[in-house]
Amino acid sequence: MLPRLCAVRRMWEETHDTFTMELEGPAGAAPTPFAPGQFCMLYVYGVGEIPISISGDPARPEVLVHTTRVVGTVTRALRALKPGSVLGVRGPFGTAWPLEEAVGSDVVLVAGGIGLAPLRPALCQILARRERYGKVVLLYGARSPQDILYRREIERWRAKLDLDVYVTVDRASTSWRGSVGVVTTLIPRAPFDPTSTVALVCGPEVMMRFTVHELLARGVREDAIHVSLERNMKCAIGLCGHCQYGPMFICKDGPVFAYSAIRPLFGKREI
Amino acid sequence: MQTLEPVIAAHPFFVGLKPEHVEIVTGCASNVRFDPGEFIFREGDPADRFYLLRQGTVALEINTPDRGPIVVQTLTAGDVLGWSWLVPPYRWRFDGRAIDLVRATALDGKCLRKKCEEDHDLGYDLMQRIAYVMEQRLQAARLQLLDLKDVRS
Repeated sequence: MLPRLCAVRRMWEETHDTFTMELEGPAGAAPTPFAPGQFCMLYVYGVGEIPISISGDPARPEVLVHTTRVVGTVTRALRALKPGSVLGVRGPFGTAWPLEEAVGSDVVLVAGGIGLAPLRPALCQILARRERYGKVVLLYGARSPQDILYRREIERWRAKLDLDVYVTVDRASTSWRGSVGVVTTLIPRAPFDPTSTVALVCGPEVMMRFTVHELLARGVREDAIHVSLERNMKCAIGLCGHCQYGPMFICKDGPVFAYSAIRPLFGKREI
Repeated sequence: MQTLEPVIAAHPFFVGLKPEHVEIVTGCASNVRFDPGEFIFREGDPADRFYLLRQGTVALEINTPDRGPIVVQTLTAGDVLGWSWLVPPYRWRFDGRAIDLVRATALDGKCLRKKCEEDHDLGYDLMQRIAYVMEQRLQAARLQLLDLKDVRS
């Protein structure tokens, strides 16, 4: 698959080490419809190609939005791009959050750190069709108050009467008035009915394992818990084998999986 | 006169406790409130009580010479605050400070330890409850230590 050319429309810092960029195709190009949870391969010419989750609103497919953290060569090169810079884009790829399956149920979204980015499109879509769901709860854990992603948007979400938003940080100075503790500590008393809840979980893998444990302890069914996995990806279409996960490929069969489908593999050191 | 029995029986920490044990525990209980910013206990002080939080938020803080006080955890209504009363040398390991108006039921640690010695069924039940809370906090502390938010890009 050949990458198509896209230009950086806007770019801004979210926190000291994360940024969001908006990409657009050439004038007259068809928009890029995507499903919440999918990712694209972004190619910085002469540097490399990496998978990045889509974090935009699915209702606005004309703009491709990605939020990422500066962690390596390619993300550093991405951060250095300017409005008008051109990069290669392949995708969208992968499976989506099961928002149809969640219709009629409560939905709890549990995000850790930058894991909020792949969940943002899901929340945008849920809020656009709010009447289709029961209670909607966002539980978000960041490392510190300065590391909170989409801060202004979270404040807007928090003001909504039909959305419960809980934010916690791992540590803080005494000037922080909010919750301190890991995101899993929010689960036991979050306002959702575990017998009729679909959980969408995204964050570092160990955080997701602890989260799954808490959700199960709360009574959420295994097949109602969905996690987004991450591995080194190259082709993104299930051919190269870089992201093999047992009998599956993260790029093609994931990144979103029902926990019940991957339980024997989840957290296995050898996988 | 209204006693604290129903309040204690309804607190998540004591849900399911036998009525006769609720009565015993109530004998060691008192109502307390703390104003915003007030220290509930200070690191190193004798830990002679623990608290069933009913309203407000408490920050557990530790003071560092270079960065000042750091909040390591916050606890809210429904949580139990403190277990240093149970383990020698019965001294607080952190500062506990009310973030906003806090209303709680305080339980006298010495009184409760004595009651547990006299009634081992109560002691076992209480230990199970405290052990659960400690396990939850230990797991959370481990996750916090891993500093995982860095890993995903």
